Amino acid sequence: MDWINIIVQGILIGGLYALFAAGLSLIFGVMRLVNIAHGDLIVLAAFLGLTVTASIGIHPLTALLIVVPIMAMVGYALQYLLLNRTMGDDILPPLLVTFGLSVIIQNALLEVYSADPQKLQSGPLETASISIGSINIGVLPLLMFVVAIAVIGGLQWLFYKTAIGRAFRATSDNADIAQLMGLNKAHVFGLAMALSLSVVAIAGIFLGMRTAFDPASGPARLIFGFEAVIIGGLGNLWGTLIGGVILGVAQGIGAKINPGWQLLAGHCAFLLVLAIRPKGLFPRVEH
Amino acid sequence: MSVTVTRRSNASTIFLIVALLAVVLFVAAPWWAGRAELRLFGEFFLYLGLACLWNLLAGYAGLVSVGQQAYVGFGGYLLFALAIHFNVHPLLIVPVIALLGAAISVPVGLLVFRLHGAYFAIGTWVVAEVFRLSAAQITILGGGSGTSLPVSVVKSIAQSRSDRESYVYWAALFLVLLIVSISFAFLRSRQGLALTAIRDNEQAAESLGINISRTKFLVYVLTAALTAALGALIFLQKLRISPDAAFNVNDWTAFVIFIVVIGGIGTLEGPIIGTLLFFLLRESLADLGTFYLMILGVVAIVIMIRAPRGIWGFISNKFGIELFPITRRVL
Repeated sequence: MDWINIIVQGILIGGLYALFAAGLSLIFGVMRLVNIAHGDLIVLAAFLGLTVTASIGIHPLTALLIVVPIMAMVGYALQYLLLNRTMGDDILPPLLVTFGLSVIIQNALLEVYSADPQKLQSGPLETASISIGSINIGVLPLLMFVVAIAVIGGLQWLFYKTAIGRAFRATSDNADIAQLMGLNKAHVFGLAMALSLSVVAIAGIFLGMRTAFDPASGPARLIFGFEAVIIGGLGNLWGTLIGGVILGVAQGIGAKINPGWQLLAGHCAFLLVLAIRPKGLFPRVEH
Repeated sequence: MSVTVTRRSNASTIFLIVALLAVVLFVAAPWWAGRAELRLFGEFFLYLGLACLWNLLAGYAGLVSVGQQAYVGFGGYLLFALAIHFNVHPLLIVPVIALLGAAISVPVGLLVFRLHGAYFAIGTWVVAEVFRLSAAQITILGGGSGTSLPVSVVKSIAQSRSDRESYVYWAALFLVLLIVSISFAFLRSRQGLALTAIRDNEQAAESLGINISRTKFLVYVLTAALTAALGALIFLQKLRISPDAAFNVNDWTAFVIFIVVIGGIGTLEGPIIGTLLFFLLRESLADLGTFYLMILGVVAIVIMIRAPRGIWGFISNKFGIELFPITRRVL
């Protein structure tokens, strides 16, 4: 029974990892950009949530209404003003610029919020649970998982059923020709980053509700998101959910065997997938 | 009319003389410098070594790794493990550590080479995390809280503290000279020509028959070996090791990346300029704490966007000089 419980909890935490991964996968899909500051932006969103909830006394979930638009604007500005200047054939500039950004965000957060771990208080939601047989399922992890499914479903719908999604796909296939067809590449990239950081905002708030976070928590979130992306298969949004679940379950099993092995087991699962299925478990079919 | 092709220039000859003088001066440092200065110089050399190696990896082979701390920590831990459990002089173990660094980098490389570009970068980071978490599991080396080098081992380097510090300093100086010479010789060799071609245009290089993945792999293994040796000396200087210090992404990768980017990526001179500037900035701005790191980050971003070839790239473009004679010119 213990093991079933661990697997269920692992699956649910996988939803959070999928949220970390979805934003990363999205911008890679649209503009081949890997954002090294992704994890730090998640933590930034969590701290923004902290400020919002503390200053106007609202529930973290309500704070989403404020944090998501702020992060979206940050994303658009970041892409339009800074990252667009680094886009090109050379992978080094975007990589190093986002790496610099990561260091700047971490230290700015350290300066503003200090190194103390923080948590977003979500009241009764923290402890509420539903029991099915002998398994207790926390309402918060379940909500996280449902939100992850909703976010990925929403992104999938946006990508394949809307005009902006068509613009994303066109720019992804060939940015220059998309530009010739009247799309403003810089604007499309800006929108993609705004969308990515909206997902980051949701991920950040849930991260803050679930665990304590501090200014140095970012890189680990980036790595979890990245592992979920690679395990699931590059460019496959539903794959990231499965990747997140595999990561979550592996960590749960590792932690059960030895508390020190929690993260190690997750990384080993990732390396194992990399060794046997380098393109991930569900790679997008090449057209 | 005779045409000669040469690599030398006045600038490179002057640089050679200045560099030789500097080497003599630094070799003699234990006799003229104070304890704090000696420590600073040692640290300078170790960072210079890391910067040269990362530059070779990212600037020439296009392998942007953010996981070189894996090999720094590996070298450090190996030094502690071997020195504590085998009664050998710690400095004599350093070459063995380089070989073991090369050995471990082969399976690691085979794995991370499956990822490309930025994904390679994060993949190397995951490997470094695996190393860190594994090191925290080794209870005989202190687990998560780390361990100090036992007094008996410390004494085996040299009886007096000043002798010991001089030996470690000379080892660092020797290793960085070796790294600079190897990079220089490597870039002038056939393999280096291939590497420079890969740096300039990967597709064109491949179409001319260069085996890109083999050359890249060779560079990866070589830098891993030397980075492990540097790691051993770094922690021999510190005399204390812990997983968080040994596999620290900020100390052993972020700073190194900033050094290379600011100095000039893809040039041998860049890391030297970058390390000098980094230490000047650090000594004058370290009181600013977190602001210092933010300033470094901003400077690196501005340089990457405005002058992607860094300070040295700007100078050599403007004045056409090269301190390390690598490119050929027709006279």
